[in-house]
Amino acid sequence: MKTFPQSLKEARPGSRELLESLTQRVHELNPKLNAFLRWNNGSHLVPEGGVRELSLAGLPISIKDNICIDGLETTCASKILKGHIPPYDATVISKLKNAGAVIFGQCNMDEFAFGSSCETSAYGPVRNPWDLERVPGGSSGGSAAAVASGMTLAALGSDTGGSIRQPAAFCGIVGLKPTYGRVSRYGLIAFGSSFDQIGPMTRTVEDAAILMNVLAGHDPKDSTSANVPVPDYTKSLRRDVKGLRIGLPKEFYGDGIDPEVRASVDQAAKIFEKLGAQIKTVSLPHTPHSVAVYYIVAVAEASSNLGRFDGVEYGLRVPAQDLKEMYFETRDQGFGQEAKRRILLGTFVLSAGYYDAYYLKGQKVRTLIREDFTNAYKEVDLILSPTAPTPPFKIGEKMNDPLAMYLSDIFTIPANLAGVPAISIPCGFTKSGLPIGLQLMGRAFEEETLFRAAYTFEQETEYYKKKPNI
Amino acid sequence: MTNDEVRTTKYEPVIGLEVHCQLLTKTKLFCGCETKFGAEPNSHTCPVCLGWPGSLPVLNEEALRLGIKIGLALNCEISGRLKFDRKNYFYPDLPKAYQISQYDMPVNGKGWIEIEQRAESREQRENQNPMPSALCSMAKRVGITRAHLEEDAGKLLHEGIKDGSLVDYNRAGTPLLEIVSEPDIRSAEEAYDYLTSLKAILEYLEVSDCNMEEGSLRCDANVSVRPVGQEKFGTRTEIKNLNSFKAVQKAIEYEIKRQVEMIEAGEKVSQETRLWNDDTGKTALMRSKEQAHDYRYFPEPDLVPFSIAQEFIEGLRKNLPELPQARTNRFTKDFGLSPYDAAVLVQEKKLGDYFEACVKEKANSKLASNWIQSELLALLNTAKKTIEESPVTPQALAGLLRLIDNNTISGKIAKDVLPLMFETGKSADAIVKEKGLEQVTDTKLIEEIADKVIAANPKSVADFKSGKTTALGFLVGQLMKETKGKANPKLANEILSKKLASLKKISK
Repeated sequence: MKTFPQSLKEARPGSRELLESLTQRVHELNPKLNAFLRWNNGSHLVPEGGVRELSLAGLPISIKDNICIDGLETTCASKILKGHIPPYDATVISKLKNAGAVIFGQCNMDEFAFGSSCETSAYGPVRNPWDLERVPGGSSGGSAAAVASGMTLAALGSDTGGSIRQPAAFCGIVGLKPTYGRVSRYGLIAFGSSFDQIGPMTRTVEDAAILMNVLAGHDPKDSTSANVPVPDYTKSLRRDVKGLRIGLPKEFYGDGIDPEVRASVDQAAKIFEKLGAQIKTVSLPHTPHSVAVYYIVAVAEASSNLGRFDGVEYGLRVPAQDLKEMYFETRDQGFGQEAKRRILLGTFVLSAGYYDAYYLKGQKVRTLIREDFTNAYKEVDLILSPTAPTPPFKIGEKMNDPLAMYLSDIFTIPANLAGVPAISIPCGFTKSGLPIGLQLMGRAFEEETLFRAAYTFEQETEYYKKKPNI
Repeated sequence: MTNDEVRTTKYEPVIGLEVHCQLLTKTKLFCGCETKFGAEPNSHTCPVCLGWPGSLPVLNEEALRLGIKIGLALNCEISGRLKFDRKNYFYPDLPKAYQISQYDMPVNGKGWIEIEQRAESREQRENQNPMPSALCSMAKRVGITRAHLEEDAGKLLHEGIKDGSLVDYNRAGTPLLEIVSEPDIRSAEEAYDYLTSLKAILEYLEVSDCNMEEGSLRCDANVSVRPVGQEKFGTRTEIKNLNSFKAVQKAIEYEIKRQVEMIEAGEKVSQETRLWNDDTGKTALMRSKEQAHDYRYFPEPDLVPFSIAQEFIEGLRKNLPELPQARTNRFTKDFGLSPYDAAVLVQEKKLGDYFEACVKEKANSKLASNWIQSELLALLNTAKKTIEESPVTPQALAGLLRLIDNNTISGKIAKDVLPLMFETGKSADAIVKEKGLEQVTDTKLIEEIADKVIAANPKSVADFKSGKTTALGFLVGQLMKETKGKANPKLANEILSKKLASLKKISK
C-alpha cells in the first residue's frame, strides 16, 4: 500500500500522485466497504498555478449522496432517484469547487438519510472499516467509512438527528454538525428541513476547521441560513481549556449506556478536568422526550419533502394505466421500507384530527428542549456526552427493531432539536478495538469553542493516530 | 307561487367568493424566473419552481409589497408577522407535491369593501341598460375574511396528446393573493358587483392584470341557501371553473335554483365541490366531502417567519393611489357629475383617466362625460378598440367639445365631426374649417332664411296660428335644413318664434 497523507493539512497542495493513490485505494477497499456509490476514476483536474493558492487546492473531498452535484448522478441511495442528475451545484459544492477542491466520490448512506446504520441504502449496506461485520453508523456512514479507511481525505455528511456524529463515532473520526443556519442547505436533498445541516467529516479537528472555513456563511438562496459573520475557525485550534465550564447532563447518564462507552466518556471528562476545565452536572429536563419529538416533527417534514418523488418530473416512473396507479406503483417500488415507514408516520401526525395531538405538541416540546439548552448554557460553555450509547453494532442486529435503531441517536437528537452545534471526536476504543465517540455540544454559532475543546482533547489523547487495520 | 317566487321569497342565498389574483411582479414568488404569460412551455423555470430535490424558496419582496397594498386597499388588518405554510397534495401540476401558502396567519386579515346594492335599482335596470355597480346610491359592505399570499401551480396540457398529458410549469410559482370574502353576498348579481368593485380596486392599485382569460384573476364561489329569517347557514357547495364574471353570476343563479329545488323536493344539499359548465349552463359534481383532500397544512420550515416593520406597512399605506370610491366622490364633487356618470367613468380606470385628461384641456366636464359615455364608447365598440387605443385623444375630444361650448358648431354637427376625427385622426378645428361647418350666428342671414321658410310653408304657418305650437318645431327643422344644420339652433328658434308671433298678431 502506498503511503498517503493523513490529513488535509499534510496533503496541501494536492497532486496527481495523491489522487492516483486514493483512487487505487478505493479500487482495493470499496468492494469490501461499499462506502462509495460512485467515484471519479482518476480523471480529476489537478490545479495549477494560482489555483494552488486556494485553501483546498487539489484536495479530494467526498460527498454524501444527498448533496446535489451539477451533472453527476445523485440518488440519496434510493431507487426512486436512480439515474437522477441534478442540473445545479449545491451551495456547499460551489464553495468547495471555488476553494479548489476535487469532488472525489459520492458516498453511500441510509436511503434519504433515514437510518443509523447505512443498512437502508438501496445499494447495499456500508461496512465498518474497524470490523466488517459491523455497521459504520448512519446515515452518513459511507462518508465516515471512506474517511476512516483512508479512501478520501475528508467528506461532507448531513445531520438531521445525529447522521454526522453517530457514524463519526462508530468509525473513529471527527464529525461536526454546525449550528442550524451556519451552512447553506441549498442543494441538500431535504429530510427534516428544520433539522438538516451539512457538516465536515474528517480525521482531525483541524481538518474540520479548515473545511468549515469554506462551508460556513450566509447564502441568499437559503432563507434559513444565518447572516452571522464567519470567523477563521483554524484560529480557535488552541490547546487550552482552562476555565472552560463543561456540563454533564444528568438525564443522559441513565441506563442503556454500554459500560465501555460510559467508562470512556467518564475518562474523557476527567481528562478535561485535568487540563483545567470545570466539570459540573447540568440538567436538560425535557431531553428524555427528544426521540419521541424528533420522530414526530422530523418525519412530518420528511413526509412532505418526499412528496415530490412522484414519478412526474424526475427519477423513477413506473408506467401505469392512470395517474393514481402511477403514483402508487412508483412510490411503492421506489421507496424502501424505512422511507415508507417514515412517510406514513409523518403523514399521520399531520393529518386532520391528529395534528394538535402530535405535530403541534411535538413543536411545543421542541421549544422546551431549546429552552433547556439556553438555560444550561447560562451555567456551562459546553455539554459533554457520549455520541452514541453503544459501540458499532452488528449488521442486521437492529434492522427488525426500529425502536432500538432509533435509540442509537438518543444523545445526538437533542442538538438538532435545539439547533445548537455539536461535534463528535474519538475518545477511545472498546476492548475488542471498536471506536468510541465523545460528543461536545456548544452554544449556537459558537463552533469555535467546540473546536478549541475538541482540538485540546485530540492533541492530548492522540486517538486519531490509530487507524483501522484493513 | 311560481318557482321563481319561491326562490326569492322563501329562501335567502348566502354566498362567499374566493378570488385568486395573480400579482404583477416581474419574477415568481420564490425564485427569479419570469412570470410572463404565453411563453414557450417550461422556458421560465428553474430548480426552485420545478421543485427539484435540494432547491429552496426565497421570498420575493415585491410580491409581499403588492400583497400588502391590496390588503390596505381592502381595509384589512395587516399581520405584523409573515409566516408561510405547506399545503400538501399530489397533482402533476404541483411540482413539490405541496403548495407554499399561508394557513393560519394570512398577511392580510379581516377587511371589507363597499359595493352598490343592486336590488335598489332593479326597476331602473329593467327599463334601461344595466347600471354599473359603482352606482352607489346604497352602498353595501362586503367583509373580507382574509387575503393571503401563495404560489400558483403549473398547467396540464391534454389537447392533441394521444396517451397521457404534458405539464407546463411556466406558471408554477407565480405569486397569487387569495382574497376570501365573508359569506355576506346575498345574490348572484351582488356577487357580480363584488367582483367588478374588487377588480376596479386591483386595477387602480396596478397590482394585477386582472385578465380572466389569461387566468390572472380566478374565482371560486361558495353557495348555500337558507329559509328567510333563519340564522344558521345552509349546507354550502363550492363551485369551480368560473371563467368570467358573467359565468360567476350564471353559475350562482343556477346553483341557488338547484339547491332550492332540492330542499323543496325534500332532499338534502350535500357539501361538495361542483364544476360549472359554461356550455350547458349547469354545475356538476366534482368531488364529495368524503373525497376532499386532507391538506396536512404545517409551517413551511424552509421560510423562517419574520416580522414586518410597521414603517414598511405605513410607507405602503401612504403611497396608495386614489381608489375608485374616492375618485367617484371627487368626480361628483369637483366636476358636478351625477353619481351614475361618475361611477361609469371611474369603473374602468383608463376611462376615468381619459375623462380627466379631457377636462384638463378645458372641456366642459358634463359635456365630456356625456360624449365619452355615448358617442366615443359607441365608436370604440364598433371599431373593437379599447379606450387606450382610441384614435381620438382626450386632447382632440376636448378640442371638439370646446367648439360646442363656444357655439362654433352645434352638438348635432359635432356628432358628424367626431366619426371623421376617429377615422382620420384630424383635429375638430381642421375638419370644421375644411368642411365649412361653423355655426351660422349671423342674425340677418337667419332672418332672411326664416322669411323664406315661412313663405314656403303656409300650411305650417297656418297651423301655428291656429294654436298648434308643434308647427314651430317643423319650421325650425326646415330652417336648419336650409342651412345644412349650421344655423345656431337657439337663434333659429328665437327668430322664427318672434316672426311667427308677429304674424299671429297681425292676423288678429
